[in-house]
Amino acid sequence: MLDRFIKIITSLRLTVICLSCALVLVFFGTLAQVNEGLYLAQNRWFRSFFVLWEPEGGSWRVPIFPGGYLIGTVLLVNLLAAHLKRFQLSWKKLGIHITHAGIILLLVGQLTTDLLSKETQMRFVEGETRNYTESAQKNELVFMTDAANTAEDEIISLPESLLKSETEIQQDKLPFRARVKKYYINSIVRPRGPMVDTDPPPASKGLGTQRVVQPLSEAKSMDERNMPAAIIELIAPQGSLGTWLVSPWLGETQELKLGNKTWRFAFRFERVYTPFSVQLLKTTHEVYRGTEKPKNFQSRIRVENPARHENREVDIYMNNPLRYEGLTFYQYQMVDASPSTLPTSILQVVKNPSWLTPYVGCGLVAAGLLVQFMFHLAGFIKKRRFA
Amino acid sequence: MRKHLPWIIVAVLAVWLVGSLRMPPDKEFAFREFGRLPVMSNGRFQPLDSLARNSLLQLREKQTANLEPWKRWWEKPKIISATEWLLGVMTTPDLANTWPVFRIDHPDLKSLLALPAELNPAKKLDGKHFSWNQLQPKLSDLRREVQRASKIKGSQQKPYDQAVVQLWGAQALYRHLKSALGPAGTEDSDTGLKDYLAKIEAGRVAYLASLDEKEFDQAALEWLEDQLGAPIVIPAPHPEQSRDAWVRMSEALLQASRTAEAPPFAVLAYSSMAKAYRAGRVADFNAAVAEYRVQLAGSFQPELKKARQEQFFNFVEPFYKSMILFVCGFLFVLGYWLKPESWGWMRRAAVGVVLLALAVHTAGLLCRMFLQGRPPVTNLYSSAIFIGWGATVLGLVLEKFWRNSIGVAVSSVIGFLTLIIAHHLSLGGDTMEMMQAVLDTNFWLATHVVVVTLGYASTFVAGFLAIIYILRGLFTRSLDPQMGKSLTRMIYGIVCFATLFSFVGTVLGGIWADQSWGRFWGWDPKENGALIIVIWNALILHARWGGLVRERGLVNLAIVGNIVTSWSWFGVNMLEIGLHSYGFTSAAFKWLISFVASQLILIGLGLIPQRYWKSFRPSATVPAPGSQPIPPKPGKPRPASAGA
Repeated sequence: MLDRFIKIITSLRLTVICLSCALVLVFFGTLAQVNEGLYLAQNRWFRSFFVLWEPEGGSWRVPIFPGGYLIGTVLLVNLLAAHLKRFQLSWKKLGIHITHAGIILLLVGQLTTDLLSKETQMRFVEGETRNYTESAQKNELVFMTDAANTAEDEIISLPESLLKSETEIQQDKLPFRARVKKYYINSIVRPRGPMVDTDPPPASKGLGTQRVVQPLSEAKSMDERNMPAAIIELIAPQGSLGTWLVSPWLGETQELKLGNKTWRFAFRFERVYTPFSVQLLKTTHEVYRGTEKPKNFQSRIRVENPARHENREVDIYMNNPLRYEGLTFYQYQMVDASPSTLPTSILQVVKNPSWLTPYVGCGLVAAGLLVQFMFHLAGFIKKRRFA
Repeated sequence: MRKHLPWIIVAVLAVWLVGSLRMPPDKEFAFREFGRLPVMSNGRFQPLDSLARNSLLQLREKQTANLEPWKRWWEKPKIISATEWLLGVMTTPDLANTWPVFRIDHPDLKSLLALPAELNPAKKLDGKHFSWNQLQPKLSDLRREVQRASKIKGSQQKPYDQAVVQLWGAQALYRHLKSALGPAGTEDSDTGLKDYLAKIEAGRVAYLASLDEKEFDQAALEWLEDQLGAPIVIPAPHPEQSRDAWVRMSEALLQASRTAEAPPFAVLAYSSMAKAYRAGRVADFNAAVAEYRVQLAGSFQPELKKARQEQFFNFVEPFYKSMILFVCGFLFVLGYWLKPESWGWMRRAAVGVVLLALAVHTAGLLCRMFLQGRPPVTNLYSSAIFIGWGATVLGLVLEKFWRNSIGVAVSSVIGFLTLIIAHHLSLGGDTMEMMQAVLDTNFWLATHVVVVTLGYASTFVAGFLAIIYILRGLFTRSLDPQMGKSLTRMIYGIVCFATLFSFVGTVLGGIWADQSWGRFWGWDPKENGALIIVIWNALILHARWGGLVRERGLVNLAIVGNIVTSWSWFGVNMLEIGLHSYGFTSAAFKWLISFVASQLILIGLGLIPQRYWKSFRPSATVPAPGSQPIPPKPGKPRPASAGA
């Protein structure tokens, strides 16, 4: 029984089956991107153990094909097992070993990237300084105490998922409870028109008294993001304090005085703070003369890191990212100046501890294949010479 | 004699090639000299000759203008060069408006524009080519249709929608070209300039009104848009500060009128060229062109030189010539296959001719790289050129080892097919376009793109070797065991290289992506396409090593490689999503489907049991009783005895 299992798990037949499955998966996963969008299709086909099929209107799902993770895992096991069983150190097999070592590194590297890498963004107009990056997908509800020293503000962050269920949120450090009365996964929040908007305002306190919320359906494509909104009621032990509208649309924090403390709160893009600050000095957006074709997007920034006594300027442009403190900053998007705003630059900030693995893996596979095929070729030419 | 025949053939073709390198001098008007003048279009410096040729390609899929398309070729229709046509458009628009240079094929589009669809030489109509004057009355209908069609996503557009969008682009291009010289091209007196400036002002007023959503003069605005879309013909006023700051005629005239300065020398130069041309004064025109060239020579020597080189490259048409040579080479291969035992010289002639084709192809490739200052592959067009080049080299290497005509056959067929594909891709216009910011890196273009394209080339070579195996085995008796063995060894070797190139190329692409937007692998369609090729090649190798397939299985798998590669090369661009979908014409879809279908048919043929294959059928002639028994074939002499 075990023998048979080992035979199967180490067989080339399994390799070929896995490769065929991978081929079919990649092909249909690519086609699916047309309808499902890049992001959804990726998760459904490649970042999964099974591709699930959900009949229209049904609530149950059936696995119809092995997903990317499953195929990758089986291939990896197959590869490792085959080498364990048949490993022999010989010049003839050297190329194959190097190649497969490279492939293992690539597969493992891609898995760790999937698990460990974090993509955030830094968005600022010329002149602004940031000491945090923002998530491109996630949002958070934060409450901040008004400490004497702003650098020591205590921030209490609640993830968006808590709001989704529209229940009551209680947090030990907060002197009040927050009841989520209404949650919109995607929305437009705009100022109330004095004559047009006659419905009652969405909230009784704060900015929400002068705003209107229009619900939108959930964003599907990769370059859109949801702009959620929520109506929360803050309840102190002595009773309700009123309802507020919170949303990333508002762009500023709202305040609540309770006793001798002032609480500030906002529903905003999830932030990751950095131990250094980045200032956007200048943006450059060039096109080829007489065309709309972009020639260059470039941000000149200043990096200030008190811990390392660093204060320097650096350019970030296409194909030339800045790697700094385990983060990589890429030029992502640029919004040109308009009558109302200065030019804006958006940097993609990626934290990927395993970013070097593809470089090494690629080198290994290339070297391995070259060695192997050169052996073949040399042998072949020799034979032809004497034939 | 037969021994030397291949050399003679190659020598004759080489003489033809060298002879065709000399540009004929101008007979009357100096069109050649005029065509060498540098202008800026599509974001780069180019000669007027390139602008004219690329424009005609977009209008009528040819690099010349046939003014009498209703005549058959033996009736000698009047055909003028691209440069002469462009000069006519810029200086004598009333005449040029009568030239039938807009090619329209879609019947619905013809009926939308109320154009006659029948050939009628008496009325000077061919039913396919139409003049601006014929289109113009129905332009508003075309505009309405294009507004509708351009809202449809590319992949959902019907052929009619595409034809509408394409014709709209062509007429806009034509109008832009007509505006290139402004009043300097068409007016004899200074009152023309006054009218022109007044029209610019009217256009500006219309534009501002349209911004405020008030009523505005549509015609005035469109006229201004034409001026602002025109090619950039006036050299930079201060080349020492910025070489790229060339301006349009309208901008130069407006600037001059605002500052009350004399207009730039180029305005006057074009004005006197145009005046002389309109009046038919050959000597004056030629003198004006020569004088302008002298004026440019001071500060614009590099641009002049580049324009001259590119005009020469356009004239030589190296890829067209190598296409002809590939056909010649393949004809010799076919001849050799008729009588392989006695026509060995044909094989050698084929090798010689294909080597010559490769030389021309290589020269063309190097010229393009030199003119662009880029590695060989920068867009879909150049990928076709480069795949052809890579496949030709691989085929000739195979031929060197085996000397059995298979390698040279593959070289000539793939070389020819890829150049045909390139020709069709060139109909989109300028093939030496500038690279947009994210692609603007010679390092990655030289590594990732070149390597992955070689991966495509080698996969195609393996696939075409497989096709030869099936066709020769099924329909001829020439696939003896030895031939079968050498073909499969060739396929195996090429698949090994295809694996190497496609794998390394794909991973390099991932590393490039990591460099430019921080994501090694994004499951983008083009990335997936490349990955599929890698997986497929790896699958072939593993199936072979595991003994899951033998000779015929390997052959069939290699043909699937053709499908996989063509899908990655063109198919993914048709999905129109992702960061890689940069160049594509959906007319190619039909061809892609036909190609895939043809490959499936070949695989189907390959699956026919081998006892039905002609090469594997037992000899049909049973010796009649009483006839001579067939003597056993003499064995091959061993090298040892032969050498001794």
